[in-house]
Amino acid sequence: MIWTSLDTWIVVAAALAGLASALVGSFLVLKKMSMMGDAISHAVLPGIAVAFILTSSHASGVMFLGAAVIGVLTAVLVQLVQRYGRLEQGAAMGVVFTVLFAVGLILIEQAAQHVDIHPEHVLFGAVELVPLYTLQLFGLAIPRGVAVLGVITVVNLAVVVLFFKELRLAGFDPALADALGIGSGRMHYLLMVLVALTTVAAFEVVGSILVIAMLIVPGATAHLLTKRLVSFLVVACGVAVTAAVLGHVAAALLTAPENGVIPQALTLLHRRVVVARQDILGLLVRHTETFSTKGNAVLVPEPTGLNLQQLRSLPGSPFPAGSGMLRLALITLRLSGSVSRTGKRYYLTPQGMKQAHELLRSHRLWERFFHDEGNVLLDELHPAADYLEHYTDGELREALAHKYTGEGRDPRGNKIPD
Amino acid sequence: MDILKNHNQSTNKQGAGSPTANPPALFVRDLTVAYNRKPVLWDIDLDVPSAVVAGIVGPNGAGKSTLIKAILDLVPHTSGNVEIFGRPYKEQRLIVGYVPQRESVDWTYPITALELVAMGLYRKIGWFKPVTARYRERAREAMDQVGMADFADRQISRLSGGQQQRIFLARALVQDASMYFMDEPFAGVDASTEEAIMAILQELREQGKTVFVVHHDLETVRRYFDHLIMLNMRVVAAGACSEVFTEENLRRTYGGRLTLLDRAVDAIGGIKP
Repeated sequence: MIWTSLDTWIVVAAALAGLASALVGSFLVLKKMSMMGDAISHAVLPGIAVAFILTSSHASGVMFLGAAVIGVLTAVLVQLVQRYGRLEQGAAMGVVFTVLFAVGLILIEQAAQHVDIHPEHVLFGAVELVPLYTLQLFGLAIPRGVAVLGVITVVNLAVVVLFFKELRLAGFDPALADALGIGSGRMHYLLMVLVALTTVAAFEVVGSILVIAMLIVPGATAHLLTKRLVSFLVVACGVAVTAAVLGHVAAALLTAPENGVIPQALTLLHRRVVVARQDILGLLVRHTETFSTKGNAVLVPEPTGLNLQQLRSLPGSPFPAGSGMLRLALITLRLSGSVSRTGKRYYLTPQGMKQAHELLRSHRLWERFFHDEGNVLLDELHPAADYLEHYTDGELREALAHKYTGEGRDPRGNKIPD
Repeated sequence: MDILKNHNQSTNKQGAGSPTANPPALFVRDLTVAYNRKPVLWDIDLDVPSAVVAGIVGPNGAGKSTLIKAILDLVPHTSGNVEIFGRPYKEQRLIVGYVPQRESVDWTYPITALELVAMGLYRKIGWFKPVTARYRERAREAMDQVGMADFADRQISRLSGGQQQRIFLARALVQDASMYFMDEPFAGVDASTEEAIMAILQELREQGKTVFVVHHDLETVRRYFDHLIMLNMRVVAAGACSEVFTEENLRRTYGGRLTLLDRAVDAIGGIKP
């Protein structure tokens, strides 16, 4: 497939979003609080909206501050609703995040005239736009989304490394963590802040829906595969990166309607077959001409046709030995009735002759054009004309013909067919 | 209430008035805990001497686990004062070990038995520092003490209930505390594990440590405990096991639960008031 630097940045952005999410999401999974990822990724919406309204800019410090506040707020509200509403934790989360999300949507709709933010953007992200907005960092043009996600990934990794055993204990046995004075509540709020920051960093790229999957799926997968926390985190990160790469490749291959790799490949193949067909017609029609003693082409009365070998070896043949393209193009020519075969030789049908003459006419008009307008030497005329003849439609051809009305012959003196 | 309080004080050689002179291992006054404004523990007073294995018994919902958690500041208490060796709990955290109920944790968590035991050392290791070989060696020794040395690298979900309880105990042992609180350490364990755990608790007592055990099996109370706290929202009776483990106190603790009571009375056997 065709891989550009755009693809690289898109995959890097998605992989960083996945890594940052997997690092904190793993602990949510282990705490059996997967729903909290859902809750916070929705609940940050009002934080984002308020930050946008205040600063009118993306990725501002205010936005991350707002996210951190919202993260803690969500965790606190969930606990309050759980305690005073006497609900189970999942229900409390559902109550809190739907309310906050609704508030966020209203704020965004209200602010939509003033700031460039749209609910769809927040929900689904725009990973394909990542390479468009760049920052200059260390002399490199780095997409802003990649830079932000890079910072968040480093922050998450640093916290996980620094507080590894505390997070492990608080996730496994909060009571002992409290009894030892480590404070499971402290670790919980730290985790919630990280989830909120990660969500905000990732929402622009992958949207607040996909970020939920990015938080939970790597950890859920790792839980099935590993017996140690270190390998758990390694597997979760591996799953996140693999998903980013495979996801982009699969999207490029399968779904992108215009620019996907398969449509591009089909288009390219089609174009090459068209060119090959026209080259064959050119070879066959030139074979129907022969050269007079003055060097001018004249028509032979009884054309003999050409076999495969000749089509490959005649001067001007673009087909190398063993070219499958020649056979493929011949098949399509015979199917379309432009070429017939007798024995091993191929002949132009009247229809093929007509098409070939149009090509020849384009070719020789172009040679005339380059010779007259561009002062191109005779020897150098052929390749340019050979290239352009494939891309000359009737209108252009007649425009050229009009310019050279009455000329009737190319610079070598060959007749330009009518 | 007055009768109970007098009874408590009679078993407390120091007396409630002078906790600092030679303070009891555990001193609790006026401890009240409420969930959603509904009291769970009411006006708890306790004075427990050091170097005893103390049982905490009472019917379901009597607040046995809550008592431990309130002492350890794991649940907020509305009022009350807790001192451990004459100082507030917050200052004594390092010398208090805690074994939660086995069901309170997720045994599918991705850690090995050794890593679980080493958790008891996290406070000593300190923030930002990894669990080094020295600490792993200490954890290994504790596992050896509870007969679990061969299971160090096993993932905790692949341990039996008794084995899980043993490594919980090992985790408390590495804390090298002076006082332990154990929430139902005998729940769901086989007889041999129960004997092994009890032997370790008695060894801790020989070392001068104070151990509190939430317990359900009234038939073994007399054999296991020096000191007993009989709880049903209030302290019904507390003191030397031989003095307070009476039919009358059992009746007042367990109320109308007659079947259980009859079995318990059978267990008490000869000791009738």
